[in-house]
Amino acid sequence: MRAVSLLSMLLSTLPALLLAACSRGEGGVTAISFWAMGKEAEVVAELVRDFEREHPDIRVEVQAVPMTAAHEKLLTAYAAGALPDICQLGNTWIPEFAMLGALEPLQARVDASPVIDQGDYFAGIWDTNVVDGVLYGVPWYVDTRLLFYRKDILSAAGFERPPETWAEWEAAMAAIKRVVGPDRYAILLPVNEFEQQLSLALQQDDPLLRDGDRYGNFRSPGFRRALAFYARMFEQGWAPPVSETEISNVWDEFFRGYYAFYLSGPWNIREFRRRQPPGMEDAWGTMPLPGPDGPGAGIAGGASLVLFRSSPRKDAAWKLVEYLSRPGVQERFHALIGNLPPRRSTWERPGLRDDTLAKAFRSQLERVRPVPKVMEWERIAQEMRLATERVVRGGVPQEQALAGLDAKVDAVLAKRRWVLEREGRE
Amino acid sequence: MIAGHAARIAGWMFAAPALLVLLVFFGLPVAAALALSLTDFDLYALADVRNLRPVGLDNYLELLRTPLFWKALGNTVYFVAAGVPLSIGLSLAAALLLHAKAARFRPLFRTALFAPVVTTVVAVAVIWRYLFHTSYGLVNWALGLVGISPVDWLGDPRWAMPTIILFAAWKNFGYNMVILLAGLQAIPEELYEAARIDGASRWRQFLHITLPQLGPVLLVVAVITVSGYFQLFAEPYVMTRGDPLQSTVSVLYFMYEEGFRWWNLGRASAVAFLLFLVILAATTLLLRLGRRRGLV
Repeated sequence: MRAVSLLSMLLSTLPALLLAACSRGEGGVTAISFWAMGKEAEVVAELVRDFEREHPDIRVEVQAVPMTAAHEKLLTAYAAGALPDICQLGNTWIPEFAMLGALEPLQARVDASPVIDQGDYFAGIWDTNVVDGVLYGVPWYVDTRLLFYRKDILSAAGFERPPETWAEWEAAMAAIKRVVGPDRYAILLPVNEFEQQLSLALQQDDPLLRDGDRYGNFRSPGFRRALAFYARMFEQGWAPPVSETEISNVWDEFFRGYYAFYLSGPWNIREFRRRQPPGMEDAWGTMPLPGPDGPGAGIAGGASLVLFRSSPRKDAAWKLVEYLSRPGVQERFHALIGNLPPRRSTWERPGLRDDTLAKAFRSQLERVRPVPKVMEWERIAQEMRLATERVVRGGVPQEQALAGLDAKVDAVLAKRRWVLEREGRE
Repeated sequence: MIAGHAARIAGWMFAAPALLVLLVFFGLPVAAALALSLTDFDLYALADVRNLRPVGLDNYLELLRTPLFWKALGNTVYFVAAGVPLSIGLSLAAALLLHAKAARFRPLFRTALFAPVVTTVVAVAVIWRYLFHTSYGLVNWALGLVGISPVDWLGDPRWAMPTIILFAAWKNFGYNMVILLAGLQAIPEELYEAARIDGASRWRQFLHITLPQLGPVLLVVAVITVSGYFQLFAEPYVMTRGDPLQSTVSVLYFMYEEGFRWWNLGRASAVAFLLFLVILAATTLLLRLGRRRGLV
């Protein structure tokens, strides 16, 4: 995996290097550097070419950063003062780089922009870019987790429409389990991922952290409900307690009927479509995540475009942000790679309007919620996953796991409390 | 006297380039890491130096109170205690087979057995993950033939570490095998001849000639292997990421997560020094034992 991404990184930086070599010696051209990550880096070069045609005075050097090394590379670049002008940044990383003071506040630019209309963006997604009231990024694409499901299995179990509430969902899973027998399951929730538990927890009214994000709030009634629901799916045998690496191929197993529900993200629309066996086209679909009472909230994931404070070429870089935020360009971006756009008006365009599998995402995007905006979030999510894994795989009582989790999270946030206090004193 | 002095200066001059490189690329980083381990350097400190606190030995004391550190240490000790004898045993067995007079195609086998050492750990780990896959793996399929129900090798907290031990032993035994083979070839043939005349069995020859003669080589091999195995990292990093239930988190993996994932560089440096102390203690113990038996 590492070797592959390294190779793809090398291959995809090659054009950028050549471009950089060509651009030398031309007068009056501003060269801006753009760090993109993962698959996005591979396709963005195509969009950037058109941007350069529109703006002959700007040249964009796209550098592909492999996802696994991105965090480390950004931090070392920050420490070394070698950050690019514009960057694709996962929205859970924004609080961290905002705290470091590396990001340029963008509200004034957005207010003046004829292209970027804040009201056109899904509110939950936009919110992930606002830290302590300051806007630091413009959403580029969005990602929320919902259910891929087998329509045929669901109807064989006696359900003609997808469940909308937890109660209906439970009834459906119990019925499916009865139909498929002991060797197959109703749902796959890989225990090495935290997005499943997090999705259920974000559907609750209680925040995940309390007192200005100073302490863990995992013993709240809301999180208890979410954990109980999550654990019940394993206790009842509706979900197998396995991690993703133990399922050799999640797509094949889905079509083989090993599970009927799979909680995953938009990139899998493509994967499932590509791998569906002939004749299965109508046997599966996507559905919004059921909530405690009615369609529920989901994670406001995705990536944003940010400018770095250190950049002397912010105006040119902002033009690229505006270009990539145009609904027409976002539609092309979606066609190239399948990433879902963050603007409602992009969803009105034919490429997305008629995509039946994307519809469920469109509906859930109105209900997405951001995770707590603290630098330590990734670690907290990790601790949350470990605590829930202890419950479903290690047989630890829920109460005990939650007490341990809160203690752990409080310790992780200790430095944050100290820093807040110090800043408060000054 | 003066000549001796000049010679000494010349000696230092010759050694100077190497010493300089050592100082810059080893001494300074180690000193910096030691200093770092006495602070709570993290992202907050990177953002604003005023957020850096000298904490004395707190990182170390805190680590000793962290259950995951002890778990990681326990996992690592388990890996060393089971992996080192297994690995050296395999190396010795392979070396004896290669050294046997009846052995044919010796260069071929020597290369084949050494091959795992020079393959990339990532590529091999991917293949091993397939071999040990719960439902489609070759291993479970073979066990199924003799009526053993499938084992969740990498997903079961009890089996994940043994699987990694097996993987590491297989991956590394070739290296020690070559060293031991050289050791075997250095044992004078007359000793075996004399033993045979005295009527000693094969097993007795092995016990009373081969093993004692190999003693010093075995000691070196053991010290190298122990210090190498304590630094377990790539195998869990590639195969399990520390899962399931943190049963394959090694000390070095723990350090990596603290340092490069959570950016707690102060704590990560403290882990590194604690691991250094552990390895130092273990290898010193081994050398002491060897000295008592007159192997050094």
